[in-house]
Parts: sequence; structure tokens; C-alpha cells
Amino acid sequence: MTLTSAPPTPPRPKRRVGDRIFAGSASGSGILILLVLAGVAIFLIGEAWPAITAAAADLPGGQTLTAYIGPLVFGTLIAAVIALLVATPLAVAIALYITYYAPRRLATAMGYVIDLLAAIPSVVYGFWGIAALAPALVPLYGWLAENLGFIPLFAGPASATGRTMLTIGLVLAVMILPIISAISREVFSQAPALHREAALALGATRWEMIRMAVLPYGKSGVIGGAMLGLGRALGETMAVAIVLSGSGGITFNLISSSNPSTIAANIALQFPESTGLAVNTLIASGLALFAITMAVNMLARWIVNRRADFSGAN
Amino acid sequence: MSTQTSPAPAPVTERPGPVQSHRRLPRFAATGLYLAGLVLGALLSALTGFNLALTVVYGAVLGTLAVWLTSRAVEGRRKGTDRLVTCIVTTAFVIAMVPLASLVYTVLDNGLRRFDAAFFNSSMLGVVGEGGGAYHAIFGTLIITLLTTVISVPIGLLAAIYLVEYGTGRLKRAITFLVDVMTGIPSIVAGLFAFALFALFFGPGVRLGVMGAIALSVLMIPVIVRSSEEVLKLVPNELREASYALGVPKWRTIVKVVIPTAIAGLGTGVTLAVARVIGETAPLLVTVGIINGTNLNPFEGRMATLPVFAFYQLTQPGYPPELAIERAWTAALVLIMLVMALNVVARLISRFFAPKTGR
Amino acid sequence: MKLSTTTRAAALSTGLAATLALAACGAANETSGGSGAAGSAGAGAEQLSGDLVGAGASSQQAAMQAWQAGFNSQQPGVSFSYDPVGSGGGREQFIAGGTDFAGSDAALDDEELAAAQERCGGGEVFELANYVSGIAVVYNLEGVDELNLAPATVAGIFAGQITTWNDPAIAADNPGVTLPDLAVTPVHRADDSGTTTNFTDYLSQAAPEVWTSEPDGEWPLPGGEAANGTSGVISAVQAGNGAIGYADESQAGALGVAKIGVGSEFVAPSPEAAAAVVANSERVAGRGEYDFAVEVNRTTTSADEYPIVLVSYHIGCVEYDDQAKADAVKAFMGYVVSEEGQTAAADAAGSSPITADAREQAQTAIDAITVAS
Repeated sequence: MTLTSAPPTPPRPKRRVGDRIFAGSASGSGILILLVLAGVAIFLIGEAWPAITAAAADLPGGQTLTAYIGPLVFGTLIAAVIALLVATPLAVAIALYITYYAPRRLATAMGYVIDLLAAIPSVVYGFWGIAALAPALVPLYGWLAENLGFIPLFAGPASATGRTMLTIGLVLAVMILPIISAISREVFSQAPALHREAALALGATRWEMIRMAVLPYGKSGVIGGAMLGLGRALGETMAVAIVLSGSGGITFNLISSSNPSTIAANIALQFPESTGLAVNTLIASGLALFAITMAVNMLARWIVNRRADFSGAN
Repeated sequence: MSTQTSPAPAPVTERPGPVQSHRRLPRFAATGLYLAGLVLGALLSALTGFNLALTVVYGAVLGTLAVWLTSRAVEGRRKGTDRLVTCIVTTAFVIAMVPLASLVYTVLDNGLRRFDAAFFNSSMLGVVGEGGGAYHAIFGTLIITLLTTVISVPIGLLAAIYLVEYGTGRLKRAITFLVDVMTGIPSIVAGLFAFALFALFFGPGVRLGVMGAIALSVLMIPVIVRSSEEVLKLVPNELREASYALGVPKWRTIVKVVIPTAIAGLGTGVTLAVARVIGETAPLLVTVGIINGTNLNPFEGRMATLPVFAFYQLTQPGYPPELAIERAWTAALVLIMLVMALNVVARLISRFFAPKTGR
Repeated sequence: MKLSTTTRAAALSTGLAATLALAACGAANETSGGSGAAGSAGAGAEQLSGDLVGAGASSQQAAMQAWQAGFNSQQPGVSFSYDPVGSGGGREQFIAGGTDFAGSDAALDDEELAAAQERCGGGEVFELANYVSGIAVVYNLEGVDELNLAPATVAGIFAGQITTWNDPAIAADNPGVTLPDLAVTPVHRADDSGTTTNFTDYLSQAAPEVWTSEPDGEWPLPGGEAANGTSGVISAVQAGNGAIGYADESQAGALGVAKIGVGSEFVAPSPEAAAAVVANSERVAGRGEYDFAVEVNRTTTSADEYPIVLVSYHIGCVEYDDQAKADAVKAFMGYVVSEEGQTAAADAAGSSPITADAREQAQTAIDAITVAS
């Protein structure tokens, strides 16, 4: 990002009208973006306020706002974390395969295919999850509950439909896989050729070269990519709304049919039939989601930018 | 898969050193061993009752083990580890491709059943049971996406120009950072924002096409800023300097020199941004709603859009349900095809409009 | 390829525009402009014009689609629209004066009624139970083709107290049936819905000692399997052996449908039994002459009635300010309650046609619709 130097300053003396208008509208647009972001926060707070200040008895379910949003936040986090744990190693493997293992021509095609997959609408992932993935996982859950039931995560009873937290974690993993692998691929391919060649020249095997020259260089890029994927997984709506059996409650049991729902899916499911304070409550939960994703994204950008500064010094 | 046998560029000449053994496995031995492991895994799982998932797991583990142990024994520890990692990386890659292939297959398999003329030239107005289509939804999607583009492209492009050509200091850093953060806004939050904005002025029951366009703009603007910024940065400073030297004002330099040079990249970026938002469902669900008839006016009443249409046909089918579910799958297929088409267009733009300079 | 960039860009955008223009030739099943195709309408009926706007329950949407089709062929001059914003939103918008009538899975409460009367210029409000649909308890249990469930058993299953199929409570309802030792998976709606409101209302009235939660559109208890929409419940029940759920009777398809304990007998859901329970239920007392809101008799003991039904109302004013509006509402409601209208809804949505008595009763309200003097 910092590779290009600042553009040269134009002739100073007279500032033309056209220039002023153009400069004004350009910086106006930049500021407008800031205003939009602020506007998102302000309007959400404004619409969520009635729910925040309302008495618990008036809210849906007759419980406090924290009691309503708490399980949803938990569900959102746990689904996203599963997705991240599954997707990150696979994405790194894909990125390594494409950059350093696959034949060159295949690699270009694969890169293109993966980029395409990043653009498939999330509602389609939901369709696939409910029609193909969930039924296919039912036997696996039965097996897990039977053989690994002593681990609280697989305590069971296994879901008969496969619409569980683990399934949605896997669907989200497939969704964020292209995002993480695209970013990892980029940083891996930018690993300095000199370092790589030096490693090989010293007799390193391909893996040793990757371990010594590529991974240290790409580490923060991978972390940043994973955080971006996490942000996407946190906010994913339609796939979760379609696939997950979100029946409330907080549980670490990943394979039963009782799971906490996620914030975004809950909004999509309840919003169409909601009125009055229920809408405000949903917007309040949206505000919580906004805060979480903002925090994650800021952290991700901070990590990625730190790497950029570092490599810019080279 | 055969690539794993191609030798890494290792030292060719014999020389003393830490590499203990110079023995190598024959060219196709690793692949062969891996396949043998796979077959063994399949046999093993056949003994314990056939299950496709378990077969793959057994096969992959046994194949990897076979390659690793043999290589370790014949070629030494370091080479063995290298082979092991090759196996793991390749296996992971193949495993990752499985769900993606399954996704495409499932959508094609279910979506092609109603992929007929009626789907494209009729709406759901007065349709009971059989027939019906997504004419209204396809046009709703196109109109809302067009409106989104009209809102987002000028703002996004101007903001990118500001960042590259004008911006300095704190404001520039703040905008760059927040645009990055904004790319991560969950789509449903963007929808709620548009809803909250309009609900303030028109009451909570309001559903308009333009609300959807504004929600999608919140998602699209940062994408456009990012891609345009990258492209504008690539325009060589020599071009700008030459223009200034001829006494051309800065704004005309940008309009006549910088933008035309970058037009291919800008076009690609915009097309990919469109592809990104055209399939968004959640924000449209809360802002635009759904309607059975065709409404081409985004400033009045609900509109149908393809993703929301697909969602409702799947989750609220009429009677009998199969017919609506088939329509839902076809809508999903059409949506994927739109996204793919936009991606291809983006490729073509970058190929045909790219300036023929340099390498 | 010596074209300039601008020329190529222009050609590309012209091409795109042309494709759009070609495609935008109108949907084949829609006529352009409502009044254009008036020719074929029935000669007897007076031709109306203007627009008629309704909003409310999405449960009525499939039926509304059929009613819209039928009504438009009778009165092509009226531009009709129904906005499925949800029951609460429908009532809210009607009271605010944004719509001409509301569709709602619940009758107006007292506060809303007062507000609605005010909206109707101090006049009366009509509430007609025009959409009735039985809610079946569907199950998927290999080897069990017939299943009887007493109200307390249903409540116990959905409250999570009965967890296996060979539970004594289920066995007591089904003497002579071999029930497997299999876990029960109760499936409920994940989304806010009128079906859930009516089902939980049934449970809280028919089995108050087991089911202690208030009736609610959102499932009140944690746990169990949740599925999105009627179709989601059906497919979840289909997918899991041992699953049981509740869904519109017409959507049950090949699934087993439980007979529900009514009095001393077990009754299977049927359109007739569902319509009968609504027709024989008491009207909510103390309301206007044309307010036919009913308190569904969930604890009926008549074997001809099936108590788990979804009742969805049409709510409107008896007096409208505008002659055209009054005529349009009158004509539409007249069509909806007519035999033809009810059959159309039954075909499209699988609802239960209302009984002849109920039709007569509704007709008195419809006849009274007039313009405010």
C-alpha cells in the first residue's frame, strides 16, 4: 500500500474553479463515507433505544434484553469459531497448494474458481446446507454421540435431521474458505523470492523452504484473512436461518437439535412478523452484532496494516 | 495429483553434507503408495460397513501414512517430512474442493427442473400451484442493483480519487481504515440501518425498493473504494507529471489522463462489486419485502427480488409445496448464473480495456 | 481491435441496454393496466374501480393469492394488493389508516379495538374468521401408522417431558401398538408465526397442568428442534425418524398424522372438523354487532370437532368515508366468504372452507358495509 510515493503536487499559483469543485466533491465523498458509518451506528442506536430502556415484561418472551440477546451472542460466536477452526487450516493448505505445489496453469484456473466461489450468494449455501450437507452428516453425528459422547461437545443425543451447530459451522467454513485462502494466497505469493531461493540453494526441501521463508512472512496476513473470515461468519444470515435448528438456550453440545440461534439468523426469522417493541429489540440485537463485527474487523485491519508497514520498510 | 512426485529443486551434485541418504523413491512411487493406501482404506471401511465419509478418512490417513513411512525409511527424515506435508496439503485441497463441487452439483440438479421459458416470462401474480416464474423478481433484482450501482459508483470512485490524489494526513488515514472496517459490516446490519433510516420518516411499515438500494450501497461503496484505490495507485506518476507540465489543471488530469488509463481496472472492480451485492438476501428481506406481481418502481411499495423470492419459495411454499421448492432452486441457479456472468464480464473488461502498454 | 476505449465502452453499454429493453416486455401472466381487460367479467356484477389495499398475516398469503386471482377476474377494475407484513403489522397499519383492511391471526385486543373504532370514524369494526386451517400434529415413526395422542401427551412431548416413544403416557393412548424405544424429537417453528400462537394456545388451554407457558407466536421454551416455516417443519420431521411437529394440515403429505384426544375419542384433523370447531365456538363477548371474533373452543368434547386450528381474520370498517372503497371492500369480502372463494382458498392453501352458518353470519356483516353518512 505504501509502495507508491505521494502524487506530485500540481502547479500551485492559481486554483481553478473546476479544480475546487472536483477536489471538494472528492473529499466530500470521503467524508460522506465516514458519515454513513456514523449514521449506521446512530440510527441503530436510535431505533434500539426503546428496547434498551423498556421494562423487561414488555420485551418478547418477557425477559430482559441481555437475557434475550445473550444466547444469540453465544450462538453467533460459537458458530463463527467452529467455522474459523475448520476453514483456516484448509484455506492455508489451499493457498500453499496453489502457490507452491500445483502446476502453474492449474494454479491460475484454481485461483479463479476459488474467487468465483467467494461470490456465490449465501442463500445458495443455505439451500445446499439443508438439502445436501445436513442429511449427509446425520450418520456421522450418530457415530460421534455413540463413541465420543464422553466429550461434552458431542454429548448428544444426536440430531435426527443434522441441522446442528456443527453443521452450520461447516457451512460457514465452506463460505469463508475462499476469503481466507484468497488473502493467504496473496501473501504467500509475495514471499520474497530471494529468501525462497536462498533456502532452496542451501539444500532445504520444499517444506523446509515454506516453513522458513514463506510462513513467517505470511503469518500476519493469514491471521488478518482469518479475522476477515471470522467477521463474515459472524454476520452471515441466510445460510444460518435456513439450516440451523435454533431453539434457544446456551449449550456447548454441538450435535444435538437444541442450539442457540445466531443474532443475524434470529433477525431474519423474526423480523417479517414483528411489530412495535419486538422490532426495536431485534434492532438492539443487530446493534450488538454491529459492535462485535466492528471490533473483529478493526483488530483484523490493525494486524494486516501492521504487516504492511513492516514489509514497506524492506 | 501426480505433481507430488516431481522432485523439488534439490541439489543435483554429490557432495558431503547433512543429507544422509541420496536414495530417492522412483518417480511414481509416492502416488502409487498413496493410491494403495486409499484402496486399503476403502477395503477397511467396507469391512466395518460401508460409509463414504469414513472411506475417505481411512483412505487419506492410510495413504499419507504409507507415503510418509516409506519415504522416511528410504529417503531419510527430512525428505519424509516433505513428502508428508505434500500429502497433507494436497489432501486438504481435495477435501476443500468436495463441498464446493457438491454445492454446484446440487444446485444444478435441482435447479434445472424448472429452468424453462415460463420461469423467465411470468410472475407469481395469481399463480396457484403449477407454473409461475421469477420475471418480477429478476427485474426487481436488476432494478435495485442498477440503482445501487448508480448510488455507489460515483461516491466510491470520488472517495478513491480523494484517497489517491488529494488525501493527506489524518483524514486520509481515518477514511482508509474505516473503509476497510466497513467492508466487514454484516449485510443484515446494513439492512437494519436502511430500515431504521426510513422508518424514522415513513413509519415502521415502510418497504421500498430504494431502501434496499441504500442498504446494498452501504455494502457496495467500501468494495468500490478499495478496488478503485488499488487501481488508481497503479497509474504511473509520469503520466500525471507530463500532464501537469503541459499546464493541464489537476481535475482535468484526473478526468482525462488518470481515469482513462485505469478504466479497465475500474470497470472490473465495479463489476465484481455488483456481483458481490446482487446475491444479498438479508438486507432486502427487511427493507424490500416480497410481492407476487411485477413492481418496477423502486420508489413505491414492495418489490420482488431474486434472492428473497428464492428464500420465500423455499420456506413458505403454497400447496402442494414441491412446485414452489422447484421454483426456489431454479431461482438459486439463476442467481449463481448472474454472478458467474458478472465475473466473466469483469474478466473480459480487464482483458479488452487494459491499456496496451508496458510488458 | 483498433477501437478506442470510449467506443468500446459505448458499444458495451448499448449492448447491455438493448438486452434489458428486449427482456422488459412484461410478464406473460400479467395484463398491463388493470382496467384494460374488463371485457370478460361477469355481466351481472356491477363493475367497480379504485384500489383496495390490505396488509397482515403471512399465513393467509397463499389463500390471498387465490382470492386475488378470483376477485380480479370478477372485478378487473379494482387494483388489489395485499402486503404480508405479519399480523401485528397488519393491525397496526389498519389502525393507522394506511390500509383498507387487515389480515390477522389474532383478533383485535380491547385497546386495539378502541383505536380501530376511532379509525373507522367512530363506527363499528368487522372481524370475520375467513381463513381457517387445521393444524396437524405430524410424526415420523417407522412401523407406526396410526397414533393417538391425548392433549396432555401432546403437551408433554412438546414441553420436553416425554422423551421416548415408549413412554407410558403415549402407550396408554395407544393400547396394542408396539412403540419403539426411540428418542422423541419435537420440532417447532423457529420463526414468529400465527401457527405457533394457535398451537401454544391450544396446549395452554387443553393441558394447562402440563403446558404452563403463555400462548406466543415465538416458541416459548428452549430446546427441541426448530425449523423455519411450515415447510421447514415438514422436512425436518421427514428427515428424522422419531420426529414430531405441528404444521398446516394440508402440508402433511406422506407423514403420519396423529389423532388428537377430544373428549373420550381421538379425532383426526379434517377440513370439516376444523371448520366446525370455529363455527361452534363462542363469540368474544361485549363487542360490536358485526365483530365475529371467536374464542376457539380448545376444550371441545364433540368428536365432530378438531380443536387445533389456525383462525385468521379479516378486519375492516363497517363504514368507509368513500363510496368506491366501501363497494370494493364489500365485493371482496363477499367473494372471500362465497363458496367459490372458500374453495379457491382450499385448493391453493389447503384451508378449511367455512361452514354455511358461518357464511350466513359473515354475510350480515358484509351487507352492512356502507359509506359513512
